[in-house]
Amino acid sequence: MTAGSLWESISAAGRPSARLHGTRTAVDLADLAHASSLGGRLEELRDRNVLLATKSQLAAALALIELDGVARRIVLCAPDLPAQHLPAVIRGAAADACVRDEAGPAVAGLGLATCVTAEPQLLRGEVPRRRSRATEWVLLTSGTTGAPKLVLHSLASLTSALAGAQRPAPGSVLWSTFYDIRRYGGLAIFMRAVHSGSMVLSDASEPVIDFLSRAAAAGVTHISGTPSHWRRAIMSGAARTIAPQYVRLSGEIADQAVLDALRSTYPAATVAHAFASTEAGVAFEVRDGLAGFPAALLVASGPLELKVAEDTLRIRSAGTAERYLGENVEPIRGPDGFVDTGDLLEERAGRYHFMGRRGGVINVGGLKVYPEEIEAVINTHPWVRMSLVKARRNAITGSVVTAEVVLTEDRQGARPAAEALTRELAESCRRSLAPHKVPAMIRIVPSLELSPSGKLVRPIA
Amino acid sequence: MSVRSTITSQFQQVAKEQDRTLAPLSDEMKLVQSGLDSLSFAIIVARLEETLGIDPFNAAAAVEFPVTFGDFVRLYEDSAK
Repeated sequence: MTAGSLWESISAAGRPSARLHGTRTAVDLADLAHASSLGGRLEELRDRNVLLATKSQLAAALALIELDGVARRIVLCAPDLPAQHLPAVIRGAAADACVRDEAGPAVAGLGLATCVTAEPQLLRGEVPRRRSRATEWVLLTSGTTGAPKLVLHSLASLTSALAGAQRPAPGSVLWSTFYDIRRYGGLAIFMRAVHSGSMVLSDASEPVIDFLSRAAAAGVTHISGTPSHWRRAIMSGAARTIAPQYVRLSGEIADQAVLDALRSTYPAATVAHAFASTEAGVAFEVRDGLAGFPAALLVASGPLELKVAEDTLRIRSAGTAERYLGENVEPIRGPDGFVDTGDLLEERAGRYHFMGRRGGVINVGGLKVYPEEIEAVINTHPWVRMSLVKARRNAITGSVVTAEVVLTEDRQGARPAAEALTRELAESCRRSLAPHKVPAMIRIVPSLELSPSGKLVRPIA
Repeated sequence: MSVRSTITSQFQQVAKEQDRTLAPLSDEMKLVQSGLDSLSFAIIVARLEETLGIDPFNAAAAVEFPVTFGDFVRLYEDSAK
């Protein structure tokens, strides 16, 4: 699927029929040969820079298939994009047209000459599926503050991981993901589904239990999400509704506790954790059930090159984005062509472990602390489902670390009292961490906030 | 619990956690000779803010850094007023 368009991939000879499952309706992709979700207005969008801003993921998915190879540029907006950032996104991507649905953001007065309404149902009629160009794909990454960055990809870079991939037997693979497909993590799964298989789309407003039962009803076989998505799924008590063959984690550090929890929830499944970022693309996946990755993966030759420099992971691959769009933007790749992921690594016994983000380091009296390292220790406790370690300003050492902890589902009231539990957690931290890394305070909380991209919301360091 | 007894029990608790031998807590005891390191003091100050709701070291007005245990207690007692 490195050449051509999404539609050419779907309509290729021998491609088994595939379905996209939305929250209320499902669409057979083969029907797109004689129907459109864009109300017969596809040609108005040819060679235009199209802002894709629908609330519905199904409407977005259909529009992506129709627009690829037709539009000059597609700008993928997730529904949580704050309205105040729309003008900057439109300006940065030079958008001059829009596809939206009824629940999408208001775009009147933003200078978009053409606005087409996307429908999650297809309108029958002849659609000339003529590919006229390699469409540019623009993804938004949410920075910690301010307007999102605009990351320029192509169909080739978004599907590089699929080059040479075997197509599975017809009807054997049904993908799903907790991610929205307008984000890199979800889009990568959408590309796999288009390449081979069908897909159940998620919906941000749908409770996790409902999503899992929909995925189960459709017969999901392959499913991905962040470690936080997965912890939340396990906590919902509904994780065993589905019986996937393949479970994937990406987007955050997969610690041993969450890998073990998924192994015991899905004993028959392959549990893989992958490294990918919007800028660097999909890098690798680890299937041995252990946190971190073998040092042997660091290979500086071939289609995917990995190295460590200044303690962070660097990636050079065909999956890497081309550049940021907009004014005064920094280059995505360094002079050597590698992307600095900003993810800190530490080698222990032939294996590299992710320590956290370079920007997330907490300084305790001049000593560095990575919150994720402490969370990984706390999360191994049998009563803990997830945790968040934060800095608290302190007059003596600049900062101390504190932890907020969400407990696992109560097993018949067997849970120890909160005070005994936090004492036990502190003791287990003291056993395996340096003193400055042990949280000064541990608090049990009912839940922790996840960002729209499914990651733990971390305070800005 | 009084401010003094809250502080005393935090000193004891943190010394125990940090595996440090705490000198007898008299008002004249110099903090540098208490047996606690700066991380221990940082933890004590953080926890006292949690339990007493005050952090005199982070107040708007600059504070004289306490030298003895008695100074330390007085700083909190004054801030609590």
